[in-house]
Amino acid sequence: MRIFDPHIHMTSRTTDDYEAMRAAGVRAVVEPSFWLGQPRTSPASFLDYFDSLLGWEPYRAAQYGIAHHCALALNPKEANDPRCVPVIDELPHYLVKDHVVAVGEIGYDSLTPAEDAAFAAQLQLAHDHGLPALVHTPHRDKLNGLRRTVDIVRESALPPERVLLDHLNETTAKEAKDSGAWLGFSVYPDTKMDVDRTVAVLKDFGTERVVVNSAADWGRSDPLTTRRVGDAMLRAGFSEDEADQVLWHNPVAFYGLSGRLNLDRGRPDAPYEGNTILRGGE
Amino acid sequence: MVTTPPAATNAAADKPFTAIDERLTPAVQAWLDAALAEAAEATAPAGHRRGLPAWELRFAEAGRRCGSETAADAARVLLLHTAGADAATAARLYRRGTADERRAVLLALPGLELAPEEGLPLVEDALRTSDTRLIAAAVGSYAAEHLAQHAWRHAVLKCLCTGVPAAAVAGLARRARGDAELARMLTDHTGECTAAGRPVPVDLYLVQALTAEAEEP
Repeated sequence: MRIFDPHIHMTSRTTDDYEAMRAAGVRAVVEPSFWLGQPRTSPASFLDYFDSLLGWEPYRAAQYGIAHHCALALNPKEANDPRCVPVIDELPHYLVKDHVVAVGEIGYDSLTPAEDAAFAAQLQLAHDHGLPALVHTPHRDKLNGLRRTVDIVRESALPPERVLLDHLNETTAKEAKDSGAWLGFSVYPDTKMDVDRTVAVLKDFGTERVVVNSAADWGRSDPLTTRRVGDAMLRAGFSEDEADQVLWHNPVAFYGLSGRLNLDRGRPDAPYEGNTILRGGE
Repeated sequence: MVTTPPAATNAAADKPFTAIDERLTPAVQAWLDAALAEAAEATAPAGHRRGLPAWELRFAEAGRRCGSETAADAARVLLLHTAGADAATAARLYRRGTADERRAVLLALPGLELAPEEGLPLVEDALRTSDTRLIAAAVGSYAAEHLAQHAWRHAVLKCLCTGVPAAAVAGLARRARGDAELARMLTDHTGECTAAGRPVPVDLYLVQALTAEAEEP
């Protein structure tokens, strides 16, 4: 089973995770920009983070035969902090880079006017740079937030088929699908979606324009939930082609809209399998 | 072992870029010709990219335009040379660059007119990383020419420790010749490897042999 995890925060994960992911079939990931678990205090902190997503993290991933791409943005939570907002002015310098395959995560956290402004501005940046957008839907006031998200996307220059609405669940999937956007389900050990609920949603909504991700980060999360969903799909009667569509072809098609995907580093015969990060003296 | 791409090492060691060695498709060749023309002008702005000179946009997108990493490296180096990037431009492109862009700036250093105090901070930054492709690009002829002996010895040892081939180190034989301190460091490292039950890097013996050669009169 080959897997493309379209949303995972590898910066927060260990090389043990990379090794386990490779063994489970993960060959490609997209790491969207998000917050660090504690507040940043200046745009410079974002720039160091972007550098890491464009340099060190792809290098780490390549040691395990995993192709790493990223999405860059000011995240919804920190869009509310005036110390961080100026990073939007720096984004045009970074959105032109190789291996940036989307603007993201953007969207809503608490549905504030500051989030409206950052969301709309960054949808425009995605349009200007020929990139799709990865949109985080809020964890609180979710259905209302989804509706406001769809409205903002509709008012933007970016067509819905270049937008992935993420962290969906049973209450938001239908309206998200009706909007014409791609659907994303984040599968967590005990919040967001679980494996069985995800399989049930796939039965209801089909396997077209749907992606499944682990969204694994620094919290309680599991970088192998994508594989667990694939196994559960087969047990539930989906074909191998349908599992491959959800876990590989769909994320390739969505991020491929950028024209910047390079999956060579994740090919099965990649020369990096089993290696470790080397430091001086090791 | 982490494999270090031969392109980075060959380019870094002794060959300055003057052209792209591999055959380019017509589309890539057309892109490169247009990009180099923009670099020769080095002034045209790139519209909505807020003041970014057009050739710098080409510098950023070379990876997805050129088809291979080797060609992208060469294209970026050619752009830097054609634009005659000054110290401020080279530093900005390095500091705001992806790992691939940083490698290109390092590979371009021998062909840019940068004083040691302008170019060495970039080399030293790369040598602090754990990215073997940056390390390999940092030990080219610019480092051979300008890096102080202490930092140069540590760069050589770091190459040996991280699996960067000694062949990547430009001017190795010249600078290692008769270097008793480097020889001591290599002997000590051999002791560490042996104590830990790990293999001694093969290239270490090669460098050690170079240090034993007498200095030229």
